[in-house]
Amino acid sequence: MPRINSPAELEAFREGLLSQRDPNKPCITLCSGSACHASGSAEVGARIEEEVRKQGLSDEVIIRKTGCHGFCERGPIVVIHPEGICYFQVKAEDVPDIISRTIKEKQIVDRLLYEDPDTSEKIIYESEIPFYKNQERLVFGSNGNIDPKSIDDYLAIGGYAALARALEWGPEKVVEEIKKSNLRGRGGGGFPAGRKWEGSRNAPEEIKYVIVNADEGDPGAYMDRSLLEGNPHAILEGLTIGAWAIGSHEGYIYVRQEYPLAVENITIAIEKAEEYGLLGKNILGSGFDFTVKVHRGAGAFVCGESTALMTALEGRAGEPRPKYIRSNIKGLWGKPSVLNNVETWANVPLIINKGADWFTQFGTERSKGTKIFSLVGKITNTGLVEVPMGMTLRDIIYKIGGGIPGGKRFKAVQTGGPSGGCLPEELLDLQVGFDELTQAGSMMGSGGMIVMDEDTCMVDVARYFLDFLTDESCGKCVPCREGMRQMLKILTNITQGKGKEGDIQLLEELAEVTSEASLCALGKSAPNPLLSTLRHFREEYEAHIKEKRCPALSCKELIAYYIDPEKCKACMICLRKCPADAIEGGKKLIHVIDQEKCTKCGTCFESCPPRFSAVRKISGEPVPPPIPEEQRTIAGKSKEK
Amino acid sequence: MSGILLQIDGRQVEAEEGMTLLEAARKEGIHIPTLCHHDKLEPYGACRICIVEVEDRGRTKLVVSCVYPVEEGLIVRTRSEKIDRIRKMILELLLAHAPDAFGLQDLAREYGADRNRFEKEASFCIHCGLCVRYCAEVKKKHAVGFVDRGIRREICFVPEVAAKECWDCKECFPLCPTEALQAAFVLVEAFTGKKT
Repeated sequence: MPRINSPAELEAFREGLLSQRDPNKPCITLCSGSACHASGSAEVGARIEEEVRKQGLSDEVIIRKTGCHGFCERGPIVVIHPEGICYFQVKAEDVPDIISRTIKEKQIVDRLLYEDPDTSEKIIYESEIPFYKNQERLVFGSNGNIDPKSIDDYLAIGGYAALARALEWGPEKVVEEIKKSNLRGRGGGGFPAGRKWEGSRNAPEEIKYVIVNADEGDPGAYMDRSLLEGNPHAILEGLTIGAWAIGSHEGYIYVRQEYPLAVENITIAIEKAEEYGLLGKNILGSGFDFTVKVHRGAGAFVCGESTALMTALEGRAGEPRPKYIRSNIKGLWGKPSVLNNVETWANVPLIINKGADWFTQFGTERSKGTKIFSLVGKITNTGLVEVPMGMTLRDIIYKIGGGIPGGKRFKAVQTGGPSGGCLPEELLDLQVGFDELTQAGSMMGSGGMIVMDEDTCMVDVARYFLDFLTDESCGKCVPCREGMRQMLKILTNITQGKGKEGDIQLLEELAEVTSEASLCALGKSAPNPLLSTLRHFREEYEAHIKEKRCPALSCKELIAYYIDPEKCKACMICLRKCPADAIEGGKKLIHVIDQEKCTKCGTCFESCPPRFSAVRKISGEPVPPPIPEEQRTIAGKSKEK
Repeated sequence: MSGILLQIDGRQVEAEEGMTLLEAARKEGIHIPTLCHHDKLEPYGACRICIVEVEDRGRTKLVVSCVYPVEEGLIVRTRSEKIDRIRKMILELLLAHAPDAFGLQDLAREYGADRNRFEKEASFCIHCGLCVRYCAEVKKKHAVGFVDRGIRREICFVPEVAAKECWDCKECFPLCPTEALQAAFVLVEAFTGKKT
């Protein structure tokens, strides 16, 4: 492949590519992101290749292994273009049918279609499935159309046109356009990217750096991974534009070691871009030089904090710096450094291509564009969703997410990762945006969204997140290390029924000191799950402390299992399944749980047939005494079993 | 070449460019407590006890004085209800680990900190890092360092380096605000560990 030496050559090359590509040629795209890979997309892929060959279609069908499509709940996902026929949970054995029926005969394989859980209606096209229909996939949408290992695929959808335009515009205009777009950092801080860039651009130093923060570490969040895996060139293009804008010639991609596919794909992307002259010396003949290195992070959550990340990049232990000078002025190796999150960088080419005015039509007054959320937890449609800023939590959870499974009630949604907050049902009509979420006691964070149902104990949720953060704190400053140690102890005690009068006040005092006095954002935001649950679910804390009762019937130490003798039909199911041999009884003998032996694993509760529903969870009240042995015999009722 | 004028606790203070608030205050004899600060070492900003309030263009914020640089016209308060509350809590949190450290006890009296507020977990070390940083920055030996993170973080001598360097130095011992107990303890432990 010869180098591309000018914007004109880039366009000519693109036209050449497109002229060889027939948009009407059948194309089978297979999601090969990490989630689909885990559910078997590699075997499906191999089978597709084999079957296409076997059926003699090698020249008539394009097979494209793409990045994440987002609907991970239903993976592996196969989409057949140009029609956009969407098949879910495809197994290798489904492949012959797909090839012989859909590709050859243009027929639909019914059993692989999405079925609307409410109406039982089968839906054929991706664009009509509620999960996709209600999204606005500006950044994430390309994932489904390109092979992330192919730079030609990215060029065919208009890739690197924004870079060519930026080079033509000159750095000042690029900074102005990003400022005008009001693009705010997608990694958590929400700081306006344009202002960050401008600060670095105006700094007098010769050497400057641009950095991609791909140290995504929130439990359950994987939007950055999916972007980096699925569309690495978009991030590279954004980064190169940023480097040009601030006058940097060296960039870093700080990506977690635990993301092997992301590392692989971005590394290939860098090699290819260098080969094409889109990276390296004299990019597109402009005289601008820029190189990018991939740095694999060792997996410390705190390294997502910008100064800790830079310290780690310098080769030292990833601890935040105690400083009051922004890193865009004095960052990596003391030089001006613009660090933005993966998703922020991925927005840059879009803004340059389509303009700030186009971008600002999406979103709320102060939060523009879209945001990708990782919608997980007790939600029907688990996956990655991209929505315009300003969509309500209710629309995201119900219209896109399909609501809460199993007929359970919604209880709370945790946004912003472990340092975010839990929002209750009353706030479901809140519009998602940086300031809106912060005002409600949560935050945007990098886009984690964990849905919780009525069985979730909010005290335990706060304990869980604090446990996570206590483990991930670097331990340098006192308020974070010691404040969290004590908060975690108190919360653990409360969930174990050892809560005392005054605990809530002490938690509030500790939370204040931790958030006011900690060195970095990890400590400053660590009390958020605690404070938001105290704010919205205070009565649960009080029930745990005063009544030793867990209202969600979730905290093991505060609940007991009890078999209602009126309902027990002595079916022996729970008795046989109990791993602790804690259930006494027999055929026609009402079962009784020995509370001493019971480990509260819940097996009896789950295994009792719903038509009996004899096992109950009890909290905050004494377990009724076991029914006297002479009354346990069920006479002549055995048929009812 | 003129100095930077700022106000600390109502007093006009003249400082030089590049000074920290702590340095400017100390120059004027205004006392701000510190635990992890040392004149020979780079500011570390870890104990957070030197926290102060600054007012800049009408906005008040909390900053640690050992790191925050002086600025023209800044208004600084070294004591307030909030500052005292934070310092008291920091002391109480540290006293759980080093209840008998004299430095902490003196400060505890000043701020009304209760040494028994939190359950004792006597580890003696308050993670000020003075020994670690002194060894690295002044002695350039790196014989002692931090291991692990978060609440499992502790100081540890590197046996290979310590065996060569520490016996004739021990300059870190008097730096330890918890009376060198921990330093000595860990050192001995490191050596015995090496012998067995």
